[in-house]
Amino acid sequence: MKPVKMAEAPAGHSGAGFFATSFDQVIGLARSYSLWPLPFATSCCGIEFMATMGAHYDISRFGSERPSFSPRQADLLLVMGTIAKKMGPVLKQVYIQMAEPRWVVAVGACASSGGIFDTYSVLQGIDRIIPVDVYVPGCPPRPEQILEGLMQVQHMAQNESLRRRNSEEYQELMASYNIQ
Amino acid sequence: MSEIDLISDKGQVARINQPELVEELTTLNLGPTHPATHGIFQNILQMDGEKIISGEQTIGYIHRAFEKIAERRPFYQITTLTDRMNYCSSPINNFGWHMTVEKLLGIEVPKRAQYIRVIMMELARISDHLICNGILGVDSGAFSGFLYLMEKREEIYEVYEEICGARLTTNMGRIGGMERDLTSTAIRKIKALLETLPAVLREFENLFNRNRIFMDRTINVGPITAERALSYGFTGPNLRAAGVDYDVRVMNPYSSYEDFEFDIPVGQSGDTYDRFMVRGEEMWQSLRIIEQALNNLPEGPYFADAPEYYLPPKKDVYTKMEALIYHFKIVMGEIDAPVGEVYHAVEGGNGELGFYLISDGGRAPYRLHFRRPSFIYYQAYPEMCKGVTISDAIMIMSSLNVIAGELDA
Amino acid sequence: MLTNQEVAEHIAEKFDGSVADFEQPYGLLTLTTTRETIIPLLAYLKDHPVYQISFLTDITGIHYPESTGKEFAVVYHIHSLVNNFRTRVKVFLGKDDLHIPTATDLYASANWMERETFDFFGILFDGHPNLTRILNIEEMDYHPMRKEYPLEDATRQDKIDALFGR
Ligand code: SF4
Repeated sequence: MKPVKMAEAPAGHSGAGFFATSFDQVIGLARSYSLWPLPFATSCCGIEFMATMGAHYDISRFGSERPSFSPRQADLLLVMGTIAKKMGPVLKQVYIQMAEPRWVVAVGACASSGGIFDTYSVLQGIDRIIPVDVYVPGCPPRPEQILEGLMQVQHMAQNESLRRRNSEEYQELMASYNIQ
Repeated sequence: MSEIDLISDKGQVARINQPELVEELTTLNLGPTHPATHGIFQNILQMDGEKIISGEQTIGYIHRAFEKIAERRPFYQITTLTDRMNYCSSPINNFGWHMTVEKLLGIEVPKRAQYIRVIMMELARISDHLICNGILGVDSGAFSGFLYLMEKREEIYEVYEEICGARLTTNMGRIGGMERDLTSTAIRKIKALLETLPAVLREFENLFNRNRIFMDRTINVGPITAERALSYGFTGPNLRAAGVDYDVRVMNPYSSYEDFEFDIPVGQSGDTYDRFMVRGEEMWQSLRIIEQALNNLPEGPYFADAPEYYLPPKKDVYTKMEALIYHFKIVMGEIDAPVGEVYHAVEGGNGELGFYLISDGGRAPYRLHFRRPSFIYYQAYPEMCKGVTISDAIMIMSSLNVIAGELDA
Repeated sequence: MLTNQEVAEHIAEKFDGSVADFEQPYGLLTLTTTRETIIPLLAYLKDHPVYQISFLTDITGIHYPESTGKEFAVVYHIHSLVNNFRTRVKVFLGKDDLHIPTATDLYASANWMERETFDFFGILFDGHPNLTRILNIEEMDYHPMRKEYPLEDATRQDKIDALFGR
């Protein structure tokens, strides 16, 4: 048996039989290690995600054991692959259906900026229609890079204030994308 | 409408109108992001209960305009586009394109390069079929086979990395040959693969081939006759499963395929099981080809003498004026190709992958059209899943191995 | 083995006057015909007892904006699996009259190939069961593979950069 690796406890006060810390941190900790990804795989990068899910790279080690194919139960939208203009509305719909808190990772050059496809049919980066938290470069990114992207999201989830999603700034951001 | 009385526990009577039962069809929208569709295409199915009455497909969700881009790029940059077509077997696309250009230019590639190409193309075919068959297992509810196969696919990717540095979008080789020779590490890795892959394949076959559940789920599911398959333009494993032994590697041999001995497996009924078995057998044949190619690997140069198209070695670029000029000309796309019109086909993972190239003498093709096998045979899908249940329709789709990148171009 | 010579002579004789421009670039028999003859020609070759050129490999279009009166070409690649013999048939169309009969009655696979050609070039296949766009969005109001249209999206504002933009 390999030793079980525990997540580090957040900063706080401890004494005999108690441990006190802030809600933000506990919830952040819990969220970050149980991110359910929604793999929105459209093309080549999706194949690399398959490898990331496989035994070799094993994304489950990071708590993303369960790919959630229903947007309602997903926390993390992993957009992998080229998003054509025809696909744009579908992607936006999926994003809107997700419940807060939700994070978005643009995996690969195509999702981040259109990549090599500077053409009439390809959306030049998904950040034109939905807000993006983490960009993973590469064409396709190696599985290690996708994992790194996931860890970045974990980091964000741990350090996010509970009220961030109610803040005015956030509302403005959403409004700028026409998302209510 | 008929009237019936409903009597509650307490004896109260309620008279309600009961509508006549009418046959109602449900419309089910499958895709474009449904997890079971492995790629994005939409199917709007008319269902009677669980039976599919008819289906209508919408595709184009990742249309990327390859053909338009190709008209603006010098020849060597188009290799990068071909990678992204059938991304499960990129090397076949790369070499297919290189061979098309070589045909246009009349370059004869040395034997050694041809053999290396064959090795890489067959590895690519294996990795393509591994995914297809593995996923078919997943769709029938058997996840573990997939995990075994993915493990091996990683090893094929390691060989790719050794050859060209990339895993998926390989951009392998050059017009005129390979960019570098097979290293000893690469040969060692291929040999190791030849030794270990059979055991895994056999284990996978033990899990599936005679598995009662799997056979019940696949035999006679989505059959297609040879005649319909030909009319629908099927090629590759899907056509062979229907019993037609058409294989571009044998019919119009390219890259020295005529030197190797291998069989073309064919099925009988063209159903999901046959497609699965044909792919399974093709992997064995690919292993055979790789072994022959590796054992008989000729000595000699690994690139043709085509200085206008083949990038000179880096060492020469730094020391020789001539090499520097060629390097500059190639990289800047300053070289004009001859005028001509070529069609070249290779046996891709899914069938006949054709390149129709028209050159008007400029630096970029005047027109480049890809004959993409999955685009052509995916049309048959509604016909194949007429009358089957939705779960079988998913199996049929994954056994066809439709790759979205290739479908939408 | 069929030779290009033999097939070409036979076709020229059978469809006298409506086939022309026999060539064989890189060994592939290429000929040009008219919109009236294309379907009879394909059907004839398909049902020919010896040739059996009965596999439709591909249909695509080409745009030649410079050649007046023959701006568009529709190219058919057909293949005889029995004789391993490929043929390429071209039909040239003027830009004001882009009609050509459909081949869907002969080959089921022609359906999407023709839709794609329509989508890219706007060539109208008469009698096609469902001639709508296939790859692009329905709302698109031009045919993108024509030479006059740019590769890039005309409406985008990003990538306007003094150094890296165009
Ligand atoms: S970034 Fe590259 S690998 Fe990823 S989807 Fe785009 S083209 Fe494919």
